[in-house]
Amino acid sequence: MRYLPLSDADRSQMLQVVGAKSIDDLFVDVPKAARLDGLIQGLPLHASELDVERHMGALSKKNMVAGDVPFFLGCGAYRHHVPASVDHIIQRGEFLTSYTPYQPEIAQGTLQVLFEFQTQVARLFGCDIANASMYDGSTACWEAILMAGRITRRDKAILSSGLHPHYVSVCNTMAKFTGDTLETSTPNLSAETDADRIIAAIDDETSAVVVQYPDILGRVVDLAPIAEAAHAKGALLIAVVTEPVALGLIRSPGEMGADIVVGEGQSIGVGLQFGGPYVGLFACAEKFVRQMPGRLVGQTVDAEGKRGFVLTLSTREQHIRREKATSNICTSSVLCALAFTAHLTLLGEKGLRQLAHLNHARACEVADRLAAIPGVSVVNDGFFNEFTLKLPVEARPAVHALVEKGVLGGVSLGRLYPDAPGLQNGLIIAVTETVTDEDVDAFAAALKEVVR
Amino acid sequence: MTVNPSGWRPTSPEKLDDSGSETVTGNRALMLEEPLLFERGRLDQTGVDIPEVKTTPARRVGGLERNRDIGLPGLSEPEAVRHYTRLSRQNYAIDLGLFPLGSCTMKHNPRLNEKVARMPGFADVHPLQPQETVQGALQVVSELAFWLLDLTGMYGVAMSPKAGAHGELCGLLCIRSALEARGDEREVVLVPESAHGTNPATAAFAGYRVENIPANKAGRVDLDALKARLGPDVAAVMITNPNTCGLFEPDMIAISEAVHAAGAFVYCDGANFNAIVGKVRPGDLGIDAMHINLHKTFSTPHGGGGPGSGPVVLSEALAPFGPLPFVAKMPDGSYKLVEEENAGEEHHASSFGRMVAFHGQMGMFSRALAYILSHGADGLKQVAEDAVLNANYVLRSLQDVLDAPFAKGGPCMHEAIFSDRGFAEGLSTIDLAKALIDEGFHPMTMYFPLVVHGAMLVEPTETESKAALDEFIAAMRSIAQRAKAGDESLKAAPVYAPRRRLDETLAARKPVLVYRDPAQAEAAE
Repeated sequence: MRYLPLSDADRSQMLQVVGAKSIDDLFVDVPKAARLDGLIQGLPLHASELDVERHMGALSKKNMVAGDVPFFLGCGAYRHHVPASVDHIIQRGEFLTSYTPYQPEIAQGTLQVLFEFQTQVARLFGCDIANASMYDGSTACWEAILMAGRITRRDKAILSSGLHPHYVSVCNTMAKFTGDTLETSTPNLSAETDADRIIAAIDDETSAVVVQYPDILGRVVDLAPIAEAAHAKGALLIAVVTEPVALGLIRSPGEMGADIVVGEGQSIGVGLQFGGPYVGLFACAEKFVRQMPGRLVGQTVDAEGKRGFVLTLSTREQHIRREKATSNICTSSVLCALAFTAHLTLLGEKGLRQLAHLNHARACEVADRLAAIPGVSVVNDGFFNEFTLKLPVEARPAVHALVEKGVLGGVSLGRLYPDAPGLQNGLIIAVTETVTDEDVDAFAAALKEVVR
Repeated sequence: MTVNPSGWRPTSPEKLDDSGSETVTGNRALMLEEPLLFERGRLDQTGVDIPEVKTTPARRVGGLERNRDIGLPGLSEPEAVRHYTRLSRQNYAIDLGLFPLGSCTMKHNPRLNEKVARMPGFADVHPLQPQETVQGALQVVSELAFWLLDLTGMYGVAMSPKAGAHGELCGLLCIRSALEARGDEREVVLVPESAHGTNPATAAFAGYRVENIPANKAGRVDLDALKARLGPDVAAVMITNPNTCGLFEPDMIAISEAVHAAGAFVYCDGANFNAIVGKVRPGDLGIDAMHINLHKTFSTPHGGGGPGSGPVVLSEALAPFGPLPFVAKMPDGSYKLVEEENAGEEHHASSFGRMVAFHGQMGMFSRALAYILSHGADGLKQVAEDAVLNANYVLRSLQDVLDAPFAKGGPCMHEAIFSDRGFAEGLSTIDLAKALIDEGFHPMTMYFPLVVHGAMLVEPTETESKAALDEFIAAMRSIAQRAKAGDESLKAAPVYAPRRRLDETLAARKPVLVYRDPAQAEAAE
């Protein structure tokens, strides 16, 4: 077996040193009644690299690959071009096969990367500080609500109807068990967001308001009035960013007064991967640092006075505080954070702005093109690279009909909100730099036929 | 003497006095210092060529255009590749040597897994694509789920948890849902004092009060103390098996029976499943829920702190409460994602709900499936046996120089535990650990579990050769003897690492968590 270095001769020699007659002597503590006599049933015997690659290759071919067809899906996962060097960097064995940096003298690589990541995330979100990653955007969102509860000592949060419905579901699941009260609602298929409704709903018991920016329909809402209203009542504004590339073009939530900004980092550096692994981003004002969940990397010096980095403020964390920790998170998403930070370093300010500009320009073109199809209209006034169409027919079957024509044409609101009758004709379209003119032609032609 | 036209001369090393020699750059040959990105990059530099925007459309962003710099310096591609390559070389990794971090199962990460995960049908599909376009991806999830059930003898499996602690949360939420469904409000979760910190933290996260149960002298759960504490207020007992002392709980079946008799559930922390995979099935031990760290037992890379993946296997009593979504295999051979809208028709209406956006760690599923198929039934059994043999070999090769508190009681499982008893005054586990760094090894887990004084938890894993173990043992023996003899130079270790010991107190007292430009930092002072 290619992954096992011990030979039979090694094994018998080692058993001798150990003082065991057979390997089973080492499993004496396992109750005999439960011990397996032979091999696990059902599972085939070991297989060669070639055979396994063939099997997995066959499964891979049973999927419609985004890069092979006109592709317009977003909703919290975006298809951007990732430079080849990013994948090279994350496959360096020293990054790929290292552990959480518990021994800082021999983990400065990961630690410095995370310090740079924290700085980039904080600047991108317009916040003072950021942590060294969470699992993904949805779990980061719930952690932010919990954190706001600890800070305000209140347990009632208002979730905007523009928040990704999966994020809402995750928060609802968790709130059932923690006893937090969440006020949620479904969006309207209109250009107007629910900002006014939210502002009116904030009261003295509100711990936080959670607003996605841009929101699930792609709308871009000014967060400043919401922040102001929240602060007036002693509540916090949590902003959720699922498409961080947008922040190359539009202003950051932190600038507009958000206290905690969380997000999904997938769209920078990390591929679609059918939904995971992704990387949760988490930033906030410095005064809240001791209430933050997750790992933090800090700068310090070594015994010779040289600059170095360490995991710090661990007294917030489970391995020290156990049941009093701010979160139970341990392993997070460091390799994806590396992909994010490497891609963002390659882009830089200049590249990110160009990329964001290009995405927006392409989305504007496509929106105009699709709105020209009879019966189809664009719901949004404002958007970044994602907008919602109102079709003259139900969007969910339309998406399947588009697949028949070889087009992956967006996410239907029916898939996300099956129980909301008013949303069934909504179709969310994301347009990134990967979309070609031919893709747009094919999509427009197919959609025209499907809605006829 | 012949003339060498190239000017080349063979070097002949001389004994030099190199004390105090510092280089101008701070580099030491292959050990290269690397400044921060923010000290090297520029806002107008980029390593990506973005096509020009053909037309300048009217911006439609609701008047929220960015009106100031973000402050993100960029690097050209060669500079970026060099920046990260230089940083990578300041890391220790399994690819470089033995990484015996107890409870972390730092085994070799096969590169086939990396190749498979990058196949376009897995890497380049969107989670919300229509299901008819992702049948192969759903089949990967389904096949992996099937083999995890086969290996554990359990009834159902929740695939979506993102890592071990997230899996613990999933298991406890199933337990709480099952109890609530029968109208049984319980508020306490019992956790052995030797448990991973995530166990009590998760129990608290799930809304439970945590109480400790003590260990006996043999390093196991004290069955009598446990039985005495069980009662109608206890929802669950969280057991790690093999436990964090590297020992199997021989009373596991009796523990499960006692817990079930009290109307509670058994949660097993599966972090140490590597020791028993293919040897015993948790389902045969009375366990109700157990997470499996794919990034431990099933070789997906740890990546410096994740991503992981923590599927949770469930007993028949808990499976109906498992989270959404999950993948169901239909009678016609197709695969279906069961989500909120169709949970009822798939007999899963009592699910506690969704834990994550989308469906879980697909990139880890394809890797873990490739690993399971590579090893097969025979290989996985051999994995457990070699992991246990390697740990016992280390235990018996060191027990004469290091205190091994449980060695007299019999063999260990996949990890060997030692204490710092017998070290000279002033020297402790950390000094031995840092000296190991100078010898070219990653240290073991230190000061955990708390039940052993100055604990050193050594988990070599099955992917270490006997030669690698012998080298490690020789280094450990030498350092242990120095520690016992009171060799104060251990306090200076590591000497040869990229950094000497770091000031963690300073880092926590005056936290610097982001880079500030020097002028900015000065202003903040």
